[in-house]
Parts: sequence; structure tokens; C-alpha cells
Amino acid sequence: MTTQNAVALPTAPPTLPQRAMQVALRLFVQLGVLPFMLALAVLVFGSLSDPFLSTQNLMNLLRQSVYLILVSMGQMLVLVTGGFDLSVGTTMALTSVISALVMQTLGSSLPDMAGLVIVLGCTAGLIAGLTVGLLNGLGIAWAGVSPFIVTMGVQSIGFGAALYLTGGVPVNGLPPAFSDLFGFGNVLGLPLPVLVTALCVAAIYLLMNRLPTGTYLLAVGGNAKAAALSGIATRKVLLMAYIFCAVLASISGLLLTARVETGEANLGGTVALESIAACVIAGVSLRGGIGRVPNVVMGAIFINLVQNGMNLTNVGSYLQMVVLGLLLIIAVVADQFRQRMILPSPT
Amino acid sequence: MNDFHLLHTEGLSRFYPGVRALDSVDFDLAAGEVHVLFGENGAGKSTLISLLAGANTPSAGQIHVRGAPLQFTNVQDARQEGISAVFQEFSLIPTLSVAQNLCLGEEPVQHGLLDKVALLQRAQRSLDELGFEIDASALVATLSRAQQQMVEIAKGLRGQVSVLILDEPTASLTERETTKLFALIRRLKTQGVGIVYISHRMQEINQIADRVTVLRDGKKVCTVKAADTSHDQLISLMSGRTIEKIYPHIEYRPGELVLDIQQVSTPSGVHNASITVRRGEVVGLAGLVGCGKSELLRAAYGLDAVSSGKVFLKGQDHTRTNPTKSLKAGYFYLPPDRKSEGLVLGFCSAANITLSALSGPLRGLSGWLRKKDAQSMASAAGEQVELSHRNLGKTVGLLSGGNQQKALFAKGLTRAMDLYVFDEPTVGVDVGTRSALYKVIKQLCESGAAVVLISSDLPEILHLAHRAYVMYGGEVMGELQGPEITEGGLLNLFFDAKETLA
Repeated sequence: MTTQNAVALPTAPPTLPQRAMQVALRLFVQLGVLPFMLALAVLVFGSLSDPFLSTQNLMNLLRQSVYLILVSMGQMLVLVTGGFDLSVGTTMALTSVISALVMQTLGSSLPDMAGLVIVLGCTAGLIAGLTVGLLNGLGIAWAGVSPFIVTMGVQSIGFGAALYLTGGVPVNGLPPAFSDLFGFGNVLGLPLPVLVTALCVAAIYLLMNRLPTGTYLLAVGGNAKAAALSGIATRKVLLMAYIFCAVLASISGLLLTARVETGEANLGGTVALESIAACVIAGVSLRGGIGRVPNVVMGAIFINLVQNGMNLTNVGSYLQMVVLGLLLIIAVVADQFRQRMILPSPT
Repeated sequence: MNDFHLLHTEGLSRFYPGVRALDSVDFDLAAGEVHVLFGENGAGKSTLISLLAGANTPSAGQIHVRGAPLQFTNVQDARQEGISAVFQEFSLIPTLSVAQNLCLGEEPVQHGLLDKVALLQRAQRSLDELGFEIDASALVATLSRAQQQMVEIAKGLRGQVSVLILDEPTASLTERETTKLFALIRRLKTQGVGIVYISHRMQEINQIADRVTVLRDGKKVCTVKAADTSHDQLISLMSGRTIEKIYPHIEYRPGELVLDIQQVSTPSGVHNASITVRRGEVVGLAGLVGCGKSELLRAAYGLDAVSSGKVFLKGQDHTRTNPTKSLKAGYFYLPPDRKSEGLVLGFCSAANITLSALSGPLRGLSGWLRKKDAQSMASAAGEQVELSHRNLGKTVGLLSGGNQQKALFAKGLTRAMDLYVFDEPTVGVDVGTRSALYKVIKQLCESGAAVVLISSDLPEILHLAHRAYVMYGGEVMGELQGPEITEGGLLNLFFDAKETLA
């Protein structure tokens, strides 16, 4: 009856290559293109560069990946509702600039109270992120404007505001404790950014899989009208998705600010493309209704893995952009085929 | 007397700018009865049920449930009162499982977390109780339309239901599934559930209706007992005019062979099917949903592949083809699903009608579009199908189902064709529109075109076809001619011979 069964059904005693083909096909239908791309990337970079598979480099990779993982999870929440968020980069930048400005100003007037300064700075940054999410959510859920226009507009507003606030100059003079803790700190033997990300991943996993809200997000993306008829407050669900997305991007922005030790308006310039690519490669449907947290985490790690591998094999940053764009498009094309295999075309 | 009413309305109205969709309707429903709403498309049936179900709010008037006046602001309010609706538009989410759909909005929660086991069990139990053989863990998108309809009904019946509203529930069901549904309806009746039922099918009114309320132009015409009222009376009440015969008499003047399908098999499930169609005859193609009747002519048209066998069109080999070539060769195919395959919903009717003529007769010198010709072509075709002139400029997606179907028919009339294949031409269409469309078929056939009528509606085949083929399981089971075309004769071929014996 289902496509999956049809694929798995052995017709004749299969030869080894046939069996491998069947397994590959089933894997593709269930997980999408990610396992194949991941295997290919590990194979290519592992053979081209010796240090690629070293523990040191893999730990490095994980540390580098957390920023994109956070944003991609937010992006997934929005994608499953059938929308997308182009303003995630701006959210990071605005968070970075505002938290840095608050810490810089307070830090010079309250030099003895670093803890309070950091808390206030982070709060200000998160409020900025929350505002961006609220703007997106209200525009899309209440005004009914397309996500493309709203998030693109907000992305311009946010980027402009961040540049205006800083005059385009990086904000320095952050309390050293901020970077020591959130940029380079270790807790329980794990880098703090990794720990924070793990907590966020666990929370979003719980939301998607063990709370009714997760089903509502998928339902709104799968068929908004049906969701509304089932008594789901679709506007609230949409608003929530955009707010969660912005808050996750904001957390990512704070962690990155701590890492680079400055508030920068240019933070997260490519993150919108990267996060959408990570999600699509991970099998999140661009039409909404389908998306899994663990796959998205792997998708984000995959994007960083490719970048890391290209750095190690001396591929220039210009060419890296070409590769990233190609990966996104290949993933979308593969997703089209997969959709056709999962959802039979309406007759 | 009010205790007797499970539900009643007083002066219920819904106005839109310039339209009185529902105008001061008094309706009542008793416990344990099936009350059919009958009327043409746009008569206000859908508006009435959307108000009763809380999907829409009245402009004036009052809904009473068990004698108490109530106001519904959303579907949830109505459900609290035990009023549940299964709308015609599917309200399932294709990317979720059956179980997730059945419990949507009312998920079982334990310690604040989803209880996935209970979710699956509860859904499976409700399906089993209704006798629907569906796996609750299956993805909705993988189910057939009929199965989705059953899930839809199961969803409507969750919780305590005292009023069940069904909007053309049998439109996509086979005979057997319909029988099952009617058994369920009878069981619900004995439990005291009141059922509001919308249908265009006369046979169904005979089978299950207790009372019938006829609506016309947003107003209630009357409420009658189903047992005391004949079909003809209902039809004249509904349309406000006496339709002597919905089905016109079509002259039978068979001419040369137009379509000759020889031993065709297709990957879509047709085996060794052969049929012939001549000029001046209407050939009916009957059978259950999914028996291959539609697939056969889709393959001949070039929409699906042909794996073996031959198709000849006017004596020419037409086996490997595509829709563009078929249209050029004079073969017109009217798809069954006007929304997904037939019409560009965002275009106006006129633009839809002339769409396939843009590359042909409407293409002027050096490729410019002949706008004036397009206009006159659209209005001429519109006139033929009785599509009123003011509807020509309106966006097709906003028209009623009947008018959409007229626009779809008109698409085939912009140039003369040799072969017209109408696939389920009157699904979800009111009697008034039907008779207009049948007149078009009569006119086409009598002017010398060959017509194939693919239909799951038996009376349509009985009254219009000169010859009829019945298909089952992808094979042609038999051919009937003229007076042989009777309900019994057709139905005998509907089911597999082995199955009938067993």
C-alpha cells in the first residue's frame, strides 16, 4: 500500500548490488539525501586531508557547528509551518550589536559588577531578537503577508539598524568574563556553547515530538485550513514559530559575539542561506509539514563539515560559496524526487 | 414541542456584500432522524451547515440546541454542544498519520507530554468501532480518497456527537463503501444522533432520508417527508421550474469509426481493453471507482503511458501520443477533477475557456493574440453551456461548482472536435447544471461528433448512452447495446464474476 513497503518488498532473491540498491533507496525515502552527502563528504575530505578525521578537528567542527545548529533549528520550526525566515542573520547581528553596546556602556560605568552587566547585556540582546520574531510573526500570522516579503523587509530593517547603531564599526570593550564564559568556557568538560546548544536541541526535540504544540506546527504547515477546522489557533502557532526561531537565532548571536569578543553588524551574513540549506538537506519539506530535529542537527553539522573540509583542502572562500549554493539546489532537487516517492500525486 | 428538537434555527441568515447566501431560514432537526438538505449549487446548503457547525457566524437569526439559544464563534464551540461536521473539502493533514489527524487538537497528554501509545490506540479503536479497515499509523497521504473520506468521518464522530453534519459524503466512495456508510448512519440513528445530510443523489434520498428540506436562492422552499415525495416533485421544488426530463433524448446515428482501442494495457492498471467509438453515438463507460475506465481513455489521450496494444484515431495510429497531439487530431478530454486538472482557478472564466485556443485559432499574424476574437469565442462557448454572461469575467475559483463545470465544458467548445471524452462530467453538480451539460452532449453527438461518457453515476449511463462498456479490475467485462442497458444488466458486470458466485 505505502511506497515504503513497495520499495522494501523483495521480488526475487536479490543479488548483493540489488539488495544494496534497495537499502539505499529505503534510506533515501526515510532520511532524504543527507546520509549520502555526509558519506560522500567524509570519504572525499578524509582521503584528501589527513587531519580531517582527527579527534581534534572533529571537536573543532562540533564547536564551530553550534551557531548554525541553533539557527537551523529555528529555521526548521518556521519551515514546517510552510514559511521561512530570511531575517535570521539580521537577528544575530542585532542581538550582537545591542548586547555589546549595553555591555560596553554599563561596563564603563559599573566596572565592578561584571556579572550584572553580562546579564543585562544578554537580556537586551534577547529582547532585540524577540522583537524581530514578534515583527515577523505579526506580519505573517496577523497581517497575512507572505513570509518572503515580511522576513526580507525585516532583514533589511534589522541590518540597517545594526549598522546605524554602530556606525559600521565593531563594538569593543566587552567584559572579559563574557567571552571567557560563553565563548571559551568549559563546564563538565564540555565547551559551554556546545552545552547551551545541547540544551536547546533537547528542548526543541521535546517540543516537536512530545508536546501537542509540535503536532500543531506540523499540522499548520500540512494543511492550515484543516488545522483551523480542528480547533487549532493557527495564528498563535505561526507567531510562536517565528518568535522561537528569532530567539534561537538570538542565542546563537550571543554565543558568537562572545566567541569573536566584539559586537558586529556583519555577523550572520550567510546564515539564512546556510540554515535553509541545512534544513532542506536534512529532509525538511519546503512545503511544510515534514521535519525532524535530529536530522536538522546533522544537516547543520554537515554544512560546517563541508566548509571545514574545504578549508583544510585549501578551497578558497569564493569557491566555497559556489559549492554551498550547489549543495542547496541538489538537496532541493533530491527532495522533489523524495516527495514524489512519499506522497503519491493526487489523482 | 421544543423538547422534540435536537436543533432548530429561527430566521437564520448570512449576508455577504451584495449576496444573501442564506435568507431567514427556519430549520429543525429531531433526534434519530436523517434530514437531507436539497438544492442546487449556491442555494445555501453549504452556508447553512457552516453556520450550524460554527465555521461561520450568522448575520441574523438564532440557533437553538435542545431549546437553548446558542452562539458559536468557532468549530470548537459547536463541538462542545455535540455538533460535528464532515465538510466536503478535506480537512485532513496529508503529512501527518491517521492517528495524529484523528486526535488533532485533543491529543492525549500524560504529565504534560504526548502519550503516543494512547494516541495510536485511541485512533485505532475509533476506526475499528466504525468498521473501517484502516491502519491508524499510516500516513494520510498514502491513503486512497475513499479511505481518506472514512478517516474524515471517523474524525467527525470523535467525542460525544449528537448532531452529525455530512456534506456529500459519498461523492468519492464506491457502492460498497457507501453501503457501509449507510449502515453506520442507521446505527447512529438508533443511538439518537440527528444527521444533517447534503446530497445531490436521488437514490440516496430514497435510501436514508426521513425528511427533506429544499433550499433555493438562500431561502427555504419547504420541508417534506421523504417517503411522501417523488423525485420529480423534489426536482421541481429545487429548481423552481418543472424539468420534464433532465436527460434529453439523443438521436442515434452511428457513422464512421473514430476511436478504436485494441487490446490496450497500461502501467496504470488496464489489461487488454478494447473499445470502439463511432461518430454520432454516445458510448458509456461504467464501473466502480478505480476499475480502469478513466485510465484507459487517459492513456489513449496521452496523459498516461500505453504498455501494449494499439490506439487508432480516425484510422491513424495514435498509440504513442501526448495531449497536444491529441487535441490537434480532434480528441478532447474533460478531466474529472476541475480544480486540480481542469481550470486555472485564478483566471476568469473567459480566459480559461480560451486557454487551449491561444496557440491555435487565436494566434494572429506574427504571433499576436487576437483579443477581440477571444472575447467573442468565450461568450459563444459560454452561451452554449448556459454560463451566464456576468460569470465570464469572474475569477473561476470564486464561482460555484456548477458554474465551474460549465466553464470547463466550454473549454471543449472553442473548436470543433471529432471525439469528446467526458470523465465524470457531473460530479458535485446540481440538477439544473446537469441538464444544461446534457444538452451540450446531445448537441455535440447529433452534430456528428463521437462522445465517450465515463461515469460512476448509473442513471447518467442508463439515460444517455447508446452503447455501454463495463469495466472491472482493469478489464472490459462486457458491452451492452440500446435496450440492454438496464440497471440490472450494468450491475451484473460491475463485480467480478467469481466474486458474485462466491
